[in-house]
Amino acid sequence: MDDYESLIATTDAELLKRAWRNEKAAPEILQFETELVQRSREQIQLVEETVEEFTRNGIDPLTVSLYQMDLDRILFLLRSYLRTRLQKIEKYMFHIQKATELWNRLSKQEQNFAKRSIEDIEQHFEQSVLSKLPDRYKSHLKQSVTSEEDDMVPEPLLDTYVICRSKRFLGAFQLDERQLFYS
Amino acid sequence: MAGNSDPHGSAFSAAEMEFLAEDELVEIVPNMRMDPINLICGDFGPFRPQIATQVPLWLAVALKKRGKCTIRPPEWMSVDKLTQLLEAERDTERVFQPLPFHYVEISRLLFDHARDDIPDIYMVKSLIEDIKDVRFHKIGTGLETISGRTNAVKLSNLSAMEVNIVRPFLAGALQTFYKLHNPEMVPESERRGSRRPQGADRGARRTLKPR
Repeated sequence: MDDYESLIATTDAELLKRAWRNEKAAPEILQFETELVQRSREQIQLVEETVEEFTRNGIDPLTVSLYQMDLDRILFLLRSYLRTRLQKIEKYMFHIQKATELWNRLSKQEQNFAKRSIEDIEQHFEQSVLSKLPDRYKSHLKQSVTSEEDDMVPEPLLDTYVICRSKRFLGAFQLDERQLFYS
Repeated sequence: MAGNSDPHGSAFSAAEMEFLAEDELVEIVPNMRMDPINLICGDFGPFRPQIATQVPLWLAVALKKRGKCTIRPPEWMSVDKLTQLLEAERDTERVFQPLPFHYVEISRLLFDHARDDIPDIYMVKSLIEDIKDVRFHKIGTGLETISGRTNAVKLSNLSAMEVNIVRPFLAGALQTFYKLHNPEMVPESERRGSRRPQGADRGARRTLKPR
């Protein structure tokens, strides 16, 4: 079973599952998996064509439906992965734009999306609220002219506790000087 | 204070946990003939009548629904094994018995779709319910021991569904304890108390120092 597990761990389906899990659980946006997404897209297209061919050739509907189900599962993973990332971009778009390291984690299309969202939001804030505020409070990034940093920009909480699952028994280990756990 | 805890809720929905569980392998006994299939998630088959083979759970359920196979319940899902597990679970106060990671989802799916393939299904169902309850109770009593000085919490052998339910509460509780216990160590932006910066309050609110 161990060999099987390590074997399937390298399939694209398994890698996509892992990327999806990580993206869902992490508060900040992670590096976009360009090659993985590309390969998954190609495989999906291949299976879509196969299914069409099967239906044309009258292959038994059971087989066709099984291929279709497998296809739907991968599609779900891919879509959910992309959507989770888009949600994070929408939430933290100003923050991401400011930090080059984060900006570089986005794909080309995501960067376009972020740019357009930022323009739209800026314009919306400007028209509906900011233009009507007194002069010192007109920025969408800062509370007021006296703010030292951009304090109107929401940032993901990176210092929260995380829950992780170890794959093997690791034995006892130290976390700084004190180790406390219940199990 | 509720605003201080993790605002995400569960990172995964129950349906998503089930989705992950559906990739687990189970044994089926087909009653038909079918050539091997090469899916994105792997290659399975060939399928021959009365010859057992392993497939992912979602595939097994699909075949079962169409009356093309019977599903062999996994060996941990027997009355004997489960009774042993339940006893062990009850006897140990702070330790969780090893169970398949997705035992909740797997048993649920099999109950829903393969009733007739499970011997003594009522007994099995009630045993699994009891095991679930005992474990949840253990989680609860364990959580009561968390205090401001807890650095890390280790829960061995927790299953997927249990982790998912406990996740938002546990993360939030530890976070709140940390903040309350170490106000000096909390960075400036965190001290405002929630995801959205509340710059307007910065002057008025002060963190309480422990007396």
